[in-house]
Amino acid sequence: MPTKIEKDSVTGQETTGHEWDGIKELNTPLPRWWLYTFYACIAFSLVYVVLYPAIPGFSSHTPGTLGYTSRLDVEEKLAKARERQAEFWDAIAEAELSEIPGEPERLTFALTGGAAAFADNCAPCHGQGGAGRPGYPVLADDAWIWGGTLDDIHTTLLHGIRNGGDEARESEMPAYGDILEPEQIEAVADYVLSLSGAEHDSAAATAGQEIFAENCAACHGEAGEGLRELGGPRLTDQIWLYGSSRDQIISQIRQPKLGVMPGWQERLDASTIKMLTVYVHSLGGGEE
Amino acid sequence: MNDVVTVEDALSTRAQKERARQAVQAGQSMYASRVKVHPKQIAGTFRRLKWAVLIVLLALYYVVPWIRWDRGPEAPDQAVLADIANGRLYFFFIEIWPQEVYYLTGLLILGAVGLFLVTSLAGRVWCGYTCPQTVWTDLFMWVERLIEGDRNARVRLDEAPMSAVKFAKRSLKHGVWLLIAAATGGAWIMYFNDAPTVIREIFTGQASLGIYFFAGLFTATTYLLAGWAREQVCTYMCPWPRFQAAMFDEDTLIVTYEKWRGEPRGRHKKGQDLEARGDCVDCNLCVAVCPTGIDIRDGQQLECIGCALCIDACNSVMAKVGRPLNLITYDTERNQEARAAAAPVPKYRLARPRTVLYSLLLLVVAGVMLWSLAFRASLDINVLHDRNPLFVSLSDGGIRNGYTIKILNMTLDGRSYLLGVEGLDSPNLTVVGQEGEGAGRAVLEAEPDSVASYQIYLRLPREAVEEETLYFTFTLTDPDSGEVARNETVFRGPKR
Repeated sequence: MPTKIEKDSVTGQETTGHEWDGIKELNTPLPRWWLYTFYACIAFSLVYVVLYPAIPGFSSHTPGTLGYTSRLDVEEKLAKARERQAEFWDAIAEAELSEIPGEPERLTFALTGGAAAFADNCAPCHGQGGAGRPGYPVLADDAWIWGGTLDDIHTTLLHGIRNGGDEARESEMPAYGDILEPEQIEAVADYVLSLSGAEHDSAAATAGQEIFAENCAACHGEAGEGLRELGGPRLTDQIWLYGSSRDQIISQIRQPKLGVMPGWQERLDASTIKMLTVYVHSLGGGEE
Repeated sequence: MNDVVTVEDALSTRAQKERARQAVQAGQSMYASRVKVHPKQIAGTFRRLKWAVLIVLLALYYVVPWIRWDRGPEAPDQAVLADIANGRLYFFFIEIWPQEVYYLTGLLILGAVGLFLVTSLAGRVWCGYTCPQTVWTDLFMWVERLIEGDRNARVRLDEAPMSAVKFAKRSLKHGVWLLIAAATGGAWIMYFNDAPTVIREIFTGQASLGIYFFAGLFTATTYLLAGWAREQVCTYMCPWPRFQAAMFDEDTLIVTYEKWRGEPRGRHKKGQDLEARGDCVDCNLCVAVCPTGIDIRDGQQLECIGCALCIDACNSVMAKVGRPLNLITYDTERNQEARAAAAPVPKYRLARPRTVLYSLLLLVVAGVMLWSLAFRASLDINVLHDRNPLFVSLSDGGIRNGYTIKILNMTLDGRSYLLGVEGLDSPNLTVVGQEGEGAGRAVLEAEPDSVASYQIYLRLPREAVEEETLYFTFTLTDPDSGEVARNETVFRGPKR
């Protein structure tokens, strides 16, 4: 409650009547235009509260009579964007896979669309930018199990690997733990290490070479250079999907881990898969 | 009968509000009705000075966008242009890129410090002479005076009932005001768009919605602020008056009423001797000419914008009654105290800690800006190291890192630049989109006045990557000018 309204001698104004540690405040009236603008703002806000979503409840809110939601707004904007991009989507749909990189605008669209689709669908396993992780192949390097040309990548994307689909790529490495003796497995491991120039036991490697020729060469190639048609990885390079240490190689021979990749034909439209192909091919290891 | 003009009804706005308040018997009203100010016309030194400043400033504002400056076929030919859409600021031969926005910062600092310096020297000269609000309000009041007459005529017109003549005068005045406001809003737009083009577009209905909106907005704000709000802006909206007082000291020239000379004031009769009493003849002309409607005889106050029209007014009266001029004058507090005590007037102190400091700051900032402008680079390189993946192990054991290189070609012609690497042992350099691999070098092209983006791969044999992180520098050389831009970055490898 205002306790003591005084009059200031200099300005002729009254004080508010309150005092804080000896400090008093003049109660100067507001200009009328200021006050009416303030009232106008209040009127505006009343109209706004009725028309637009405004008052929150515990689990929902007042919807507003105009029915505006920002989610719907975004959907409409996305639909409009898709319409504007229609000519590029059509161009991708019509072009052959090999033609897409030729035209700069089409290539830019394909790379951008591919990057977006990659982040949503592929990055969970293959990592951002195709960085890969143990058990999930690196897509940015120049080592390909099933081939790195545009067509190879396209086929892999469409059908996937070992997922039980009709046209899925299939390869199965037998569990040599049941077939070979432990010493034999270790000898083969030494030989495989020697193929890529890693440290190995030379004597064991010589013995391992014979076992390799009998058991492994059929899928991995005579000299371990790999066989893409059968999905047999190249053993002479420095890329190891399941680890390059001796123990890890022994483990893989004994009880191979076999990765599964879904086929995207059913889940994504054809143009998106084309764009993904072009994108993966562009990550730095694409083959001609 | 005296022959000095006495403006009988000239009461300061404060006095009028006090009267109104007293008239309202019941308590304090919620708001104070605005008291309309009708400044009377006056002639004199400071009025002439104000007109001169107004003409120069307005001429600059309206004419500058039309000045042309040839920069070649690709670039705009307007001398002063803020091309927001393309991210360029043009000022005659200077072209600023968004990365160099700190020039704008420097300009604002110069403006602020310059304002502080001027205010500490001569009081509120910004408010009274150069502030856009003052300039346009002055212009609008001149239009009002032209159409509706001087102060007395305007007061009578205000009080008169609506008639054909009143309606015609008012419509004409508002019409002219709107035209000026539209020209002002349009001129503002022309600083951001090419002037001839945007004018043609506005009048043929081809301009974008944004242009129409902002032109309309500035028209409305000019019209409202200069036509309707006027001194209310200075009194209520602007923060500057409220800390201007902190800029003054005892040696600042401010508009002062010489109380020791003017009091006791009183009406003057012809032939009356003014020796034995105050020089102020209470004619109230100083109140009548004041654009904010204050009485300078109450002393220095917030509403006084320092336009010095009251000086002109009082001097015209002092001349008529044969008393010394400058009863209201520009003077310092120190001097006034000396004059009041009839003591010798001290010499005006121009160099004080305050003014010296401001001047030094001004010189330093201006110097730094000029220096950096003179030695401005015309080439820059930005390097973004790929984050995903940080590095790639290749099938031969080598390590590859990816980079996005952006070349900023700030010249007006297309150039070819040499990209080089310093600090790595001849890495293998591939440019995506270019055939072949170079031993740590490549040739990259860039369009004039634009940014070119390239994807680069650097490859090193495994043995060369001894640490997890190798530090090196990309260099970009302009073979014609020899200018070199550098950017330090990293080469990442596997954990050791």
